[in-house]
Amino acid sequence: MTTRIYVPGDAAALSVGAEEVDAAIAREAAARKLDVQIIRNGSRGMLWLEPLVEVETPQGRIAYGPVAAEDVPTLFEAGFLAGKPHALCHGLTEEIPYLKNQERLTFARCGVIDPLSLDDYLAHDGYRGLKRALSMAPAGIVEEVTNSGLRGRGGAGFPTGIKWKTVLGAVDDQKYVVCNADEGDSGTFADRMLLEGDPFLLIEGMTIAAIAVGATQGYVYVRSEYPHAFRTFGRAIKIARQRGYLGTNIAGSGKRFELEVRMGAGAYICGEETSLLESLEGRRGQIRFKPPLPALKGLFGRPTVVNNVLSLAAVPTILDKGALFYRDYGMGKSRGTLAIQLAGNIKQGGLVEKAFGLTLRQAIYDFGGGTHSGRALRAVQVGGPLGAYFPEALLDTPLDYEAFAAAKGMLGHGGVVVFDDTVDLAQQARFAMEFCAEESCGKCTPCRIGSTRGVETIDKIIANTNRDNNLEVLDDLCNLMLDASLCALGGLTPYPVLSAIRHFPEDFHKPARPRLAPAAE
Amino acid sequence: MTLIKETDYGTPIRISPTMVTAEIDGMAVTVPAGTSIMRAAQEMGTKVPKLCATDSLEPFGSCRLCLVEIEGRRGTPASCTTPLEAGMKVHTQSPKLAKLRKGVMELYISDHPLDCLTCAANGDCELQDMAGAVGLREVRYGYEGDNHLVGEKDESNPYFTFDPTKCIVCSRCVRACEEVQGTFALTIDGRGFASKVASGNTNFLESECVSCGACVQACPTATLSEKGVIEKGQPEHSVITTCAYCGVGCSFKAEMQGNEIVRMVPYKDGKANHGHSCVKGRFAWGYATHKDRMLKPMIRSKITDPWKEVSWDEAINYAASEFKRIQAKYGRDSIGGITSSRCTNEETYLVQKMIRAAFGNNNVDTCARVCHSPTGYGLGATFGTSAGTQDFDSVDHADVILVMGANPTDAHPVFASRMKRRLRQGAKLIVVDPRRIDLVKVPHVEADYHLAIKPGTNVAIVNALAHVIVTEGLVKEDYVAERCDPVSFQIWRNFVAEERNSPEAVEHLTGVPAADVRAAARLYATGGNGAIYYGLGVTEHSQGSTTVMGIANLAMATGNIGRIGVGVNPLRGQNNVQGSCDMGSFPHEYSGYRHVSNDAVREQFEHVWNVALQSEPGLRIPNMFDAAIDGTFMGLYVQGEDIAQSDPNTQHVQAALSAMECIVVHDIFMNETAMYAHVFLPGSSFLEKDGTFTNAERRISRVRQAIPPMAGKADWEATMALSTAMGYPMTYTHPSEIMDEIAALTPTFAGVSYKRIDELGSIQWPCNDKAPAGTPTMHIDRFVRGQGKFMVTEFVPTEERTTQRFPLILTTGRILSQYNVGAQTARTANVVWHEEDVLEIHPFDAESRGIRDGDLVALGSRTGETALRAKISERMQPGVVYTTFHYMKSGANVVTTEYSDWATNCPEYKVTAVQVRRTNRQSDWQERYHDLHDETTRIAGDAAE
Repeated sequence: MTTRIYVPGDAAALSVGAEEVDAAIAREAAARKLDVQIIRNGSRGMLWLEPLVEVETPQGRIAYGPVAAEDVPTLFEAGFLAGKPHALCHGLTEEIPYLKNQERLTFARCGVIDPLSLDDYLAHDGYRGLKRALSMAPAGIVEEVTNSGLRGRGGAGFPTGIKWKTVLGAVDDQKYVVCNADEGDSGTFADRMLLEGDPFLLIEGMTIAAIAVGATQGYVYVRSEYPHAFRTFGRAIKIARQRGYLGTNIAGSGKRFELEVRMGAGAYICGEETSLLESLEGRRGQIRFKPPLPALKGLFGRPTVVNNVLSLAAVPTILDKGALFYRDYGMGKSRGTLAIQLAGNIKQGGLVEKAFGLTLRQAIYDFGGGTHSGRALRAVQVGGPLGAYFPEALLDTPLDYEAFAAAKGMLGHGGVVVFDDTVDLAQQARFAMEFCAEESCGKCTPCRIGSTRGVETIDKIIANTNRDNNLEVLDDLCNLMLDASLCALGGLTPYPVLSAIRHFPEDFHKPARPRLAPAAE
Repeated sequence: MTLIKETDYGTPIRISPTMVTAEIDGMAVTVPAGTSIMRAAQEMGTKVPKLCATDSLEPFGSCRLCLVEIEGRRGTPASCTTPLEAGMKVHTQSPKLAKLRKGVMELYISDHPLDCLTCAANGDCELQDMAGAVGLREVRYGYEGDNHLVGEKDESNPYFTFDPTKCIVCSRCVRACEEVQGTFALTIDGRGFASKVASGNTNFLESECVSCGACVQACPTATLSEKGVIEKGQPEHSVITTCAYCGVGCSFKAEMQGNEIVRMVPYKDGKANHGHSCVKGRFAWGYATHKDRMLKPMIRSKITDPWKEVSWDEAINYAASEFKRIQAKYGRDSIGGITSSRCTNEETYLVQKMIRAAFGNNNVDTCARVCHSPTGYGLGATFGTSAGTQDFDSVDHADVILVMGANPTDAHPVFASRMKRRLRQGAKLIVVDPRRIDLVKVPHVEADYHLAIKPGTNVAIVNALAHVIVTEGLVKEDYVAERCDPVSFQIWRNFVAEERNSPEAVEHLTGVPAADVRAAARLYATGGNGAIYYGLGVTEHSQGSTTVMGIANLAMATGNIGRIGVGVNPLRGQNNVQGSCDMGSFPHEYSGYRHVSNDAVREQFEHVWNVALQSEPGLRIPNMFDAAIDGTFMGLYVQGEDIAQSDPNTQHVQAALSAMECIVVHDIFMNETAMYAHVFLPGSSFLEKDGTFTNAERRISRVRQAIPPMAGKADWEATMALSTAMGYPMTYTHPSEIMDEIAALTPTFAGVSYKRIDELGSIQWPCNDKAPAGTPTMHIDRFVRGQGKFMVTEFVPTEERTTQRFPLILTTGRILSQYNVGAQTARTANVVWHEEDVLEIHPFDAESRGIRDGDLVALGSRTGETALRAKISERMQPGVVYTTFHYMKSGANVVTTEYSDWATNCPEYKVTAVQVRRTNRQSDWQERYHDLHDETTRIAGDAAE
């Protein structure tokens, strides 16, 4: 009898040796003349356990991890093919609290199925959302998405249904659906995990979007740093086309939708939707002013849905299970689930999909297990490099768009980066300006020149040069960037800077503060 | 006189049937929907601070100075990118906005050299203005931070410099190069703080830059500055005038310091160019004060004598006495004159008047003979008027553009930019040309069809296009029935429908695949508004007039005449070639194209001119040459045309000129024709006189005197003096009086006066009681001749055939940086782009002759031989070679033949059978020419050298 073994092909797993583990298992099985089938699944999102090897047993899938190639013979010795105990064994994967306590809607299949098996996808409830969508009028689909309360997961949190409604209402003979997979925020990886672990879900979501708004062509813009995702997704498109889920007759409906994956141009700014469109058109990644909204004049000047991977990937669930099912999750105006990505100085980094409303503290401690260094937590940056730094005192803020805004922060794409008490927030503030200077497209003055002046001014503050005046200059500059920048890069850079000053004034006012020695590696 | 500064509305005008009314700073304002808040504010007189916005460019939204507040809206949107909406309440000033603007300026100035007092833009700098407008008083960042203050100036372009240290990266130059000029030579290199303007990976001169000046015009700082301004400082007054190069007729501001020109700047209100320019008009005006300018009248009794400088009176009297002597000896018809398409309408009118009234014959012709005379004939026969049907703005509404035998990006660059913009917006393009001209493929423009015909098969291709339209049911029947002459239409329809005119049947002649011809015909006939633009590649053939009529047939059959966006548009070559034709420069026509044999018309002229006039047409230029060699035409007055260089079969022309007893050359330079002259009258450039030019869209624009005539007399004054000395006194005191006479005698000009032109800016004729503001689009409800007339256009191959001895076809033309015979441009720094004429040859033809790029080659035809350098080029098709005629020494017209258009004698410059071979020396003609040139251009007193 063949035993199925799952070894993730996800880039995160590959980065810690999954390829070698895969080879070792194959080698060992062959040597022992054991009949095994290795499936390269996506990641379950428990990154501290990667490479997480799973063995299918009559009881369910048993998890072993993190597995190194040299552990493989001992696993065989221990009888892991039968799910026997081993030092690296975590029992049934589904029972691992980190996973068990999640509410996986979008990531329900990620790490479970063979990402490039359309049959596997179909066997796990795939394309049920599309099937229902095909039975509905476009306006009905849009209404369903609107009613679900889904908001853009890229960071801005704009209601997806309303955006779609605008595109649906625009009259043009060509419309587009563009998926923003230029996931550039520090500490984020959810888009990549999905592209690699469950690509058909995104294809299904985009197809539904296209049918809803009347688009016939879609593009997925994948950042160039994601070669594995690019490759996997490209293969998935081919398979979907072969199987009639893309092309001129979607699932036999007579509807047409073509999809292409495009490699990003290697700039953070191309994650901003208008720059992304410029880049897709083959131009320099530079911000367009709005209005006109991309929904009315987007790619090549045509009405375009631009959504993040996770927004589009939430759609099949909404269509399959209904708007009410989805909006039942969450709190306030933040409905459904959020893909929280725990990173930085954290014990159990990984992906946690949970209904909105979980507090930051719960995410970091209940799932993340606190800091990796074991030292006290000092700051958390949520929402990528442009997110605010929260101190310990704000850890009870619920993960909710409005609650974060009220605390002068933002959820962004759900990235959570944890810092312990060795962090210097003045340096982090400087880093924010430096990041902006590095990634600015150079179009608008506040961002182009302001970010460089910001770095210089913070340097003066750190050096205690005319500190009070320079703090005032920095404050003015931040307000200028907030109010006058053309896009969110310049407009949000003040968030980390101002939050660092607000919550950690001692790092700015006491430049001579003794540094704490970094924790031993 | 003051310096004219046009209002900059910040963003382009928007046209909409819907008007919106809103409040800006508490004042109500109503603008077309889509108008930006910035523009709306400016229209009511409120300036919103701005740096990246200018009204020649689409809004960009980068400087963030123009932020405003709108009641009920979050944030501070940019007024350049935000359209005004009905009911908005906008505030352009508030403490918050003031702080933001000051913050932006503080950032700009933290990376800008503080050398305002010694800066070339001092007094003309928007950055300076904005620092003042926002009240910037300190830069708290200091000046020691990262900056761009060290950088090398790019001075490679002869006319302007690029100083990156002064750049504020507003992208106006990049956008101007893209949006206005359409060349895409500039870009922003790098990103963030490192962003900088770059001309590709090389300097401006080596880049794709065409030196149109749009970037310099757009630059708000001293980054891109004219070298003239750097050298001389800011101008103090301006004179609005019209460019003296091509038939686009761009309006310019001559910006002056006293009597010295500092720079020429395209005038935004100019209706032909809307503030755009090309390298010639914008920069290549230095010839006007070149040391070669002839400033003294001169005479000599024979051409081997040195010239003797004399007074105006002596020169005029000598010329008059010689002309009278010749007439006494050889008869009244033994002298004549040639008017100039480079001179004003008034001057041209006066020359033809002098010839008809003072010389007493109709021996007047003009250089249009050698360029667009077939246009006059062909369009006259079909539509009833000898001019293009549209204004240039019409191209903005064209859906399919057919360019035939024209190379607008080189020869009519400002209009070409306009056309390219329309093409980038999605209009389709059909190019009919033997060469792969730039329009076939340039950045963001690509011809849908390039019908690369063999030279000399224009009529065949036009008939084939017509065949498809007729036989595939693409004729606009209702239009033809309503607007055109049914009899001629039926005859034409039957004719073109004949199988021998099908694309398949003529494929072996034209060399164009029949499928392409069919597809192009369908596109033109069914693609929406179809507009045809053509040039000398159509007219300068033995069947030039036939092709013009064939083009007119195509337009009528498809209903593409009589509204905006369509039409038949000759791209006229010279600044006033339309005008010189309008003014009665042809031997058979008075002004307004009325035949000299028409008694009623002639009597009117006789009455006003108070003289009896001949009723028979006089000699055309080629007839004059032939008659000179026959000994019956012995005296010639030539104003502003260098027939010895520009007319075909140079050796024949030289023989004719040598045979004459008195040639009076009236020119600003000692030109080639002057080598054969006996009287030289120093001319005045366009900067030195008042008058009008009429461009290719029939637009009459004022030429205004910027500096006094350098030789003492404007050309019209010299003509008056000669006429008076000939016994027919002329006493005008100002060119406006000449225009008044033209208006009185010419129905299509009846409403034209200087006063009216000043009121309207410019006027497109016909301008009269029926059309007091002029006529942008002709033939709207009916053709000028009543019904449009179809003409049968039988293809008759030229007699100029390739043979074993002369197996290649030579075709000639112009390039961007040089202009015609080079009299002007070759005396400017434009020579850096083109210092000699070269022979373009296809790699295949070069290879088979052992010719490498840069080799000296002999170019020979049955009429003559010359030598020039070869340039191997895939723009050519095999079997066809190409050269320009900008330099006399190249001798392009030594090679061209005497063949000409059957109807108008327009020379067949475009088809000459030639052979090309490697050589190591100049041709015999070239050697003789050098000797002759030295001998015949000596001036007494200059002999020391």
